[in-house]
Formats: sequence, structure tokens, C-alpha cells
Amino acid sequence: MRAEDSPARDVADGGNQGGQRFRVGAPPPSVTRLCGAALAVAGLVVVASWATLRDLRAALQTLGQAGAIADTLLLLLGMAAIALIVPGARSLLLARRADTALAQGDVIGARVAASAARNLAWITFGYAAAQILGLLAIEFLIANDLAVSRTFFLLPLIESSFFLILRAFWINVAIFMIAEVLVLIWGLVVALARLAPGAAGRPIRLIATFYVDVFRGLPAIINIYLIGFGIPLTGLPILKGMSQEAFAVLALTLTNGAYVAEVYRAGIESIHWSQTAAARSLGLSYMQTLRYVIVPQGVRQIIPPLLNNFIGLQKDTALVNVIGTIDAFNQSIIVASNNFNLSAVTTVAALFVLITIPQARLVDSMVARDRRRMRTGAG
Amino acid sequence: MALIEIRGIHKHFGNHPVFTALDLEVEEHQVVCLIGPSGCGKSTLLRCINGLEEIDGGEIRIDGDRITGPGVDVNALRREVGIVFQSYNLFPHMTVLENVMLAPTRVLRQPHDAAAATAMGLLRRIGLEAKAREYPDRLSGGQQQRVAIVRALAMEPRVLLLDEITSALDPELVAEVLNIVRDLAAEGMTMLLATHEMGFAREVAAKICFLCDGVVHEEGPPAEIFGAPRRERTRMFLRRIIEAGRL
Repeated sequence: MRAEDSPARDVADGGNQGGQRFRVGAPPPSVTRLCGAALAVAGLVVVASWATLRDLRAALQTLGQAGAIADTLLLLLGMAAIALIVPGARSLLLARRADTALAQGDVIGARVAASAARNLAWITFGYAAAQILGLLAIEFLIANDLAVSRTFFLLPLIESSFFLILRAFWINVAIFMIAEVLVLIWGLVVALARLAPGAAGRPIRLIATFYVDVFRGLPAIINIYLIGFGIPLTGLPILKGMSQEAFAVLALTLTNGAYVAEVYRAGIESIHWSQTAAARSLGLSYMQTLRYVIVPQGVRQIIPPLLNNFIGLQKDTALVNVIGTIDAFNQSIIVASNNFNLSAVTTVAALFVLITIPQARLVDSMVARDRRRMRTGAG
Repeated sequence: MALIEIRGIHKHFGNHPVFTALDLEVEEHQVVCLIGPSGCGKSTLLRCINGLEEIDGGEIRIDGDRITGPGVDVNALRREVGIVFQSYNLFPHMTVLENVMLAPTRVLRQPHDAAAATAMGLLRRIGLEAKAREYPDRLSGGQQQRVAIVRALAMEPRVLLLDEITSALDPELVAEVLNIVRDLAAEGMTMLLATHEMGFAREVAAKICFLCDGVVHEEGPPAEIFGAPRRERTRMFLRRIIEAGRL
């Protein structure tokens, strides 16, 4: 079809003002079916939501938690669930408006309405998907006569064991805080050893490479086991007298130091050699160049991967239970086996997640900031 | 005796010869310009004089002291010989002032306050006193290159090597950098420049050296080299420069 053949193609802008006519493209395809589907899906999800809330009410009744407050909350949830109908219905209305506008030859009006309708339809689908996942989660928790909830979320047990667990979690926090500081120092030492220059540095490089190869390949849990049980058996002075927590710190430092050394090395090697040339040309020695020019820049580059490694280190503190340290995980296992219920372990899991989330967000924002900086070409 | 004496140096990168028995002399308080086709070794020669590259034969002397070969303290050499690079190479994590102060405080062990006063004085001279607390990425290319020159000057070198210091600059920023070099020349700073700014070379240089095929192919005062070059290769090179509208 040639442009001149289509009455819809030559349309006045904004209702023929000033008589100026613009040539526009083909009329928009109809979105009525998409929007109809969105409304239908929204309706189905609302029905499913009410069914789930009914199940939830029954479950609360068996727990003896039903009552006016619970019913009010459920009702509010039910009302909230209905809200999904709103974007679905509006998208269908807009789709109809687009069809009408097109029939009247208003292609621009049709495009605006169709685009808004399509947007709303996809918003409906997105929220519907999220709502379905939420319903599945609720059904999972109340399935089999509340078996899942009872196993993982037995509130009385969580309440009674919470402070016991929290106190034990302090051991994990202490271990990873000390280990993180040691890892930062030890990792840099190993990285610089791996970069030791010249023939004199060759044996240093070899040893450092060997260390990194071994401790990167060695599972952390085996390392903790060997150090925690092995060193006391050797009867070595000073070392044999250290506490279990100290052995845990030592083992985690050795394992994570190998990773962090590689992170440092990548950061240092990412600094362009022209920076070294500039520093050396001013008379700075090799070590001064590293200290004042290369390492400060390299460290800036590696803060996000370093924080990622720290999150890993924090989680690894749960492994110290293999040598019998009463950390939060071990304490929760004791509670769990005394009560034949895992809810105390859930507390530990929640604590670990809770302390990592702020750090994960921090890493995200730092990566985003780095990317912005690189896009603007600064730095 | 010349301040810089380069005697028959050889250098090659792999199988590619860079210098084959190259000789060059720079008198004290003299400005010498190196010109020549790209890849002829202008930058490499400057880097050899600063000890950033090693030579494979011959020798370089500064004020009579041999600075190449075994047993040379390159750090001591570099205190006497400053170099400024094409791409400025300022330290991006330090402010302008910290860039200028780094070597005087760490290498010469000057007290912090004295080094800061000297650095501020130098920055005032180039009109960048107000930028002292800024980071280099907030500066224009011309400003960064001026800071790089000052950073080298803060060590009070006897010789300044300038490696195509205006090649990375937008044309309108070239003059502000060349003005500093012009001032330094007037003050009697000994300088060896690798440059493509032929007009500037003609103006400030006492001697022009045309590098080609690993040797100084032709040298002489600017009027002679630009006005009446004796060698065919020099004439060809300059003809191309004129065709490009750069002379």
C-alpha cells in the first residue's frame, strides 16, 4: 500500500491546528487481545488469591490464631489482591479507545492509547507473576497441615532460643572481623610476593605461587579441620595453646588470603605501566612506586571484588563447627536436635542473610558508581 | 664538554634495530629538538637518557658521568634528569599539589611544608594555583600537561626531556603548554625535545636533529635544517610536513 492510498496516513497533528499536516507511519496494530488476556489473567490470579487466603484462614484456625485481627488482616490482603484488576481493566479500556480513535482516522491518538494500553497490560502480567509466586510460597508454608511452617518456623522455639543463638553468632562475627583484617594484610603481602621483580624475586614468586595454588584448591572445611585438630596434636609451643577460635581465624585467613592475593594482583596489574614509568622517572624506587602510586590505585579498583570475598568469608565461618567451636550454627544444631525441630537453624540462616544484605547492596552501588565513572570518562 | 654526550649507542627491540651507532650532544643551557618520522626512535632515545630503557651498546654521559651500563644508580640519575610524557601520566588518585610534592618529599626527603611551598610557587607560575586541590581528571589536557611539567621541575633537574608533550592535546591547548617551554628555554633550562611542532622547534631550538634509520641523519641550526637541508631524506621528510600544513 502506498502512502497516498491510506487515508489514515496523512493526519493532522493535534486536531488540525494551523492546517499543517504531518506524514506519519502505519496505523498501530490492535492491542485489544493482549489487554483482554491481561484482564483475564488478573481475574484468575485474584480468584486464586482468595482461595489461598481461605486456606490460610483455615490454617490459622487450626493454630488457634484465628480471630477478629487475623480476619481483618486477611480481608485487607484480599482487597490488596483485587488491586491487580485495576491496571488490567484500564489497559483494556485504553485498547478500546485506541480502536475507536483508529476508526475515526486519528492515528496519533490511536498510537498514544495503544502504547499506554500495551504498557499497562505488561505491568499487569508482571504483577500477576509476582502475586502467583507469593501465593505458591503461602501454599508451601501451609501445605500438609502446616508441616513446612512447623519444621522451619516454629515461633515458640525461635523465641526461646533466639538469644542463645544470637550470643553464639557473636563468635562468628568475631571470627570474620579478625580474619578480614588479617586477610587484607596477608593477601597484599602474598600479592606483592607474586609480583617480586627480577632474578632475586624468582624464589619468592615461586613460593607465593605455590601457596596460592594450594590454598585456593584446598576446600576451606578441610583446611579448618586439619589446622583445628592437627596443630594441637603437634604440641608445637605457642601454637598448641591457641584457642579453637584462633585456629578458625588462622585457617580462614590462609584460605581467603590466597583468593584475596589474586584479587590484589589483578588490581595492581590493571594499572597501566605508564604510571610506573612516571613514578620511576621522578626517582621513586620500586617499593616507593608500589606504595605511593600503584597499590593505592589498584586497591580502588578491587574494593567490590574484595567485599564479595568478605561476604564469602563470613559465610565460611559457619564451617568452624567441624572443629567443635560453639558458633551460631553449632549452637542451633544442638537446639535443633534437642527439640527435633529446625527452627533454630532458620534463625542462624536469617542472621547470616541479614548481615550480608547491606554489604551486597554496598557492592552493587560501588559497581554502579564505577561504571558511571567509566562512562563519563572520568578517572 | 657537553652536558649530555651520547656516543655510538646501539639498541634493538627483538630483531628490529632502533639505534645503530647514534651520536648526539646537548650543551648546558641548550635546547635541542629531535624530529623525524614516527617510529624513528625519538621517544626511545629520551627514555634511554632517563634510564627507562636500557641500551645494548655505546654509552651516555651526563656532565661526564656514565649513566648507562652496570653499576649505575638509576634513581640518582632520574633526580637529575626529568621527563614529561605525551600522555601526561599524572597520578589520578592524588591532587595536583600531591602530584607535584610526591617526589620532593619521598625522594629528596624535603619537609612537607617546604615542599608544599615550592610546589605552590611552581603552580602559581603556570597559573594553576587555584587547581592545587583538584584531582587531575577535573583538568583539561593542557592544564594536566602543565602540571606534569611542573611535577618534573619540582625535582630541580639539570636536564628536562620532553616527549611529544603536545601531541595528545587539542590544538587550542597547545600554546599554553609551549609557552611554559618557551619560558624555561629563556631561563636557560637544558632541554631535549621530541616534537612534531616544527614551527616551535624552529623558534626555540639551538639545534635540530633529524633522526632516521637509527642515527642522527642530519643536524644543525634550525635555519639550516628547515631552510636548506643537505640530505635527501631530510628534504623528503620536511616536504611531507609542509604538505600536511604543519610548517
